[in-house]
Amino acid sequence: MVANREASPPTTAAGASGSRWRVETRTTLSTAFGIVAIAAMLLLALTPFFASRGVVQDLFFILTMLVLAQNWNLLAGYAGLISVGQQLFVGCGAYALFSFVILLGLDPLLAVLLSGVFAALVSVPTAFFAFRLHGPYFAIGTWVIAEVGRLLFAQWKALGGGTGTSLPRDATRDMIGIGFLKETLGLKSAAAVDALTFWVALILLAATMGTMYRLLRSRNGLGLAAVRDNEVAARALGVDAMRMKATVYVVTAFLTGITGALTYLQKARISPEAAFSLTDWTAYIIFIVVIGGIGTIEGPIVGVIVFFLMQNALSSYGSWYLLLMGALAIVTMLFAPRGLWGLASDRTGIELFPVRRILKRGPNHQGTKGGPHG
Amino acid sequence: MAPLLETRGLRASYGDFQALFGVDLTLDAGEMIAVIGANGAGKSTLMRSIAGTIRNAPNDILHRGTEIGALPAPDVMARGIALVPEGRKLFPSLTVEENLLVGTYGRKIDGPWSLGTVYDLFPVIAERRNYPATALSGGQQQMVAIGRALMSNPEVLLCDELSLGLAPIVIRDIYAAFPRIRIAGAAIVIVEQDIAQALKVADRVYCMMEGRVTLSGRPSDLDRSAIHAAYFGAEGHELA
Amino acid sequence: MNWLDTIFQGILLGGLYALFAAGLSLVFGIMRLVNLAHGDLIVCAAFLILQLVSALQINPFIAALIAAPVMFGIGWVLQYHLLNRTLGKDILPPLLVTFGLSIVIQNGLLESFSADSRRISAGTLESASLGIGVLSAGVMPLLTFASAILVVVALNQLIYRTALGRAFRATSDDVATAGLMGIRPNRIFATATGLAMVVVTIAALYLGTRATFDPTAGPARLIYAFEAVIIGGLGSLWGTLAGGVILGVAQTLGAAINPEWQILAGHVAFLLVLLVRPRGLFPRAVD
Repeated sequence: MVANREASPPTTAAGASGSRWRVETRTTLSTAFGIVAIAAMLLLALTPFFASRGVVQDLFFILTMLVLAQNWNLLAGYAGLISVGQQLFVGCGAYALFSFVILLGLDPLLAVLLSGVFAALVSVPTAFFAFRLHGPYFAIGTWVIAEVGRLLFAQWKALGGGTGTSLPRDATRDMIGIGFLKETLGLKSAAAVDALTFWVALILLAATMGTMYRLLRSRNGLGLAAVRDNEVAARALGVDAMRMKATVYVVTAFLTGITGALTYLQKARISPEAAFSLTDWTAYIIFIVVIGGIGTIEGPIVGVIVFFLMQNALSSYGSWYLLLMGALAIVTMLFAPRGLWGLASDRTGIELFPVRRILKRGPNHQGTKGGPHG
Repeated sequence: MAPLLETRGLRASYGDFQALFGVDLTLDAGEMIAVIGANGAGKSTLMRSIAGTIRNAPNDILHRGTEIGALPAPDVMARGIALVPEGRKLFPSLTVEENLLVGTYGRKIDGPWSLGTVYDLFPVIAERRNYPATALSGGQQQMVAIGRALMSNPEVLLCDELSLGLAPIVIRDIYAAFPRIRIAGAAIVIVEQDIAQALKVADRVYCMMEGRVTLSGRPSDLDRSAIHAAYFGAEGHELA
Repeated sequence: MNWLDTIFQGILLGGLYALFAAGLSLVFGIMRLVNLAHGDLIVCAAFLILQLVSALQINPFIAALIAAPVMFGIGWVLQYHLLNRTLGKDILPPLLVTFGLSIVIQNGLLESFSADSRRISAGTLESASLGIGVLSAGVMPLLTFASAILVVVALNQLIYRTALGRAFRATSDDVATAGLMGIRPNRIFATATGLAMVVVTIAALYLGTRATFDPTAGPARLIYAFEAVIIGGLGSLWGTLAGGVILGVAQTLGAAINPEWQILAGHVAFLLVLLVRPRGLFPRAVD
């Protein structure tokens, strides 16, 4: 109901002054940027052919962190569901991958997809509990459930219990496509695995951004914004807040689970502490989103770059680095709540992924010769 | 000597929306004045500005000649200007007596008003002193709200829309308390939509429309048509 | 008999969790703020007590007495200058700022005190125990539980019997109208957080004397505190104590079955309560 207006032709209500109002969801810049973005993606896809394994692995890390960040951004920034328990889905996805590969002997690539499905399945009962809590209590509730997940998987002796386990070496080497890559490109096994996981990560990122962009520009996206801004009012307008939030929760769990599986396919070694780490999979992600700019699609992209640079420059300082990140997030939240991108966007008016509807008064094409305008 | 309370060209805005356009008003010690006007005339904004819940330019409001326009509500209250807010705004977590006691939080001075004298003024709430404040009837809640403001022994008592939503007989009971409040020493500003009530109790009346004072004077000096024009506007659309 | 003892130990453990939770409960009740750094502040206070004990060679109880006003000051300043800025309709800023604070405190402690496990020595009290009928209990756990009851009684007295308590409740009801009473909400909030930090100091004293702790111990303490608050129901300190006891009993029962299940059993109890009584067992406040 609420978003019908968006679908109406761009020149409906005529202003009293004779000019016309249009709803714009696209700018020239954003269209141009869209093309550049697709080109950049294609260029990125070629990286494994010319770059070293180290570079490919760094890029893989950036891509997966960005996917996680965008998912958290969608949850917290758009659906108002501030979760500090997304490590649950990373961990579940990762453990599902290991169990599919080690215990069932499935092909790792297929297992990655199935792991996402498993994470999504886990998110349903999780939502059942967590959605009983609101606001800050939802946040800690998701955290408790993630802890339950960690403790349960630590009990699973077949996958190494509390100490964890490794993927058998040949499992990844026999993965679909590896043989092909080795033959046609002459890559070594390890490099071929890196390249393949990198491409899957790239596809995953494209799928995530695409899903998000489309969702936010659709009427469901408007409904989501309405729910976030005022749940009661949105409900009064016929937006099914609960269904909307639950959908976002499950979808982000799916994508987060896939990312977890992919990350641990690449790491090839798992433990409950690492796979369900609050710091690695939620704290870092929150910093990326907050510092970049929550509630924008561009923000996390900026955030992940800042995060990566900071990590490279400062990770040898150990806890000072984390301390600095925490302080930076606090300062950002207090003085620039819309993050670095928000600062840039406010100054320049640039929006690369416009998901807002901008009401513009355009020239009146029909009656240029006059009208009531005095 | 400076008046007890004075506004000079008082302006107030909510964001971009300007609600008051230069209001001049004076209140002398012992006086009771009424501010009348239709909905949206700016009466409540005037009360909130004086009480400090809306900040203004420092020299827009003066208390005994001291600029208080920019002071926050707790500082204004501490100077002895107490507001009975529109809609009573009792604290639901507090009992009747606790609501009264909390009125002294920012200003504890000896004066005519204490729990005993407030209960004496409104015996009906004394019986219910241990009830949650929200369990009382609207009229009794209004009495608690007035009592709560009196507990700080204010020099100026501001009352915003006391009659709102109350039955005439209840309103009469409440206004019956005002002579005693005046004798005890407080100067009073009431905001009323009921013109007759205002003219009956006040020494002077200010009529407001669209953020400006359109008429002021003693009730005996004002004729009905002038008030009517000031209240509803120059064209004065007659109400049936 | 054995089970009875297990449950009894669980009840006593619940006293510790209630101490973790009381400050959280107080702050939430007054300003609807959930401080994600609460657990880290407990650990921070434990390090403060430890430093005082070793630097001044004093009894940990006296050290806690010195630490309490320091922690009150830290809480006051933290709330007045940092957290008050985040309060408002949007729940994101307080959550993210306290989350950031949690990371900052944890890593600050790591830098200052290393990752080693520490313990505050309580001397002979540590091993002392009392026999109560068929049950026997350590003196420290008994003191912990007694302190929890004392804290709840004292906080309730403060909230329901004093002018400050009335101001707390009035501000919690309606910030703007509280201002008309001469109440300065920012100071009220700061005082409340300061008080919560005094309770945190008491919690830290027992955390540090009955088991080891390290700079990363905070988040788990926050989770226990949170579970106790939710199990008990928002807004009731007695409920929080009951919540702590239920959590403690669930954990000791779980541990009695399998030592690895201690924490898990506590979480499961929490989820069960959430399932059956989403608003907790003894709710008072409406959130």
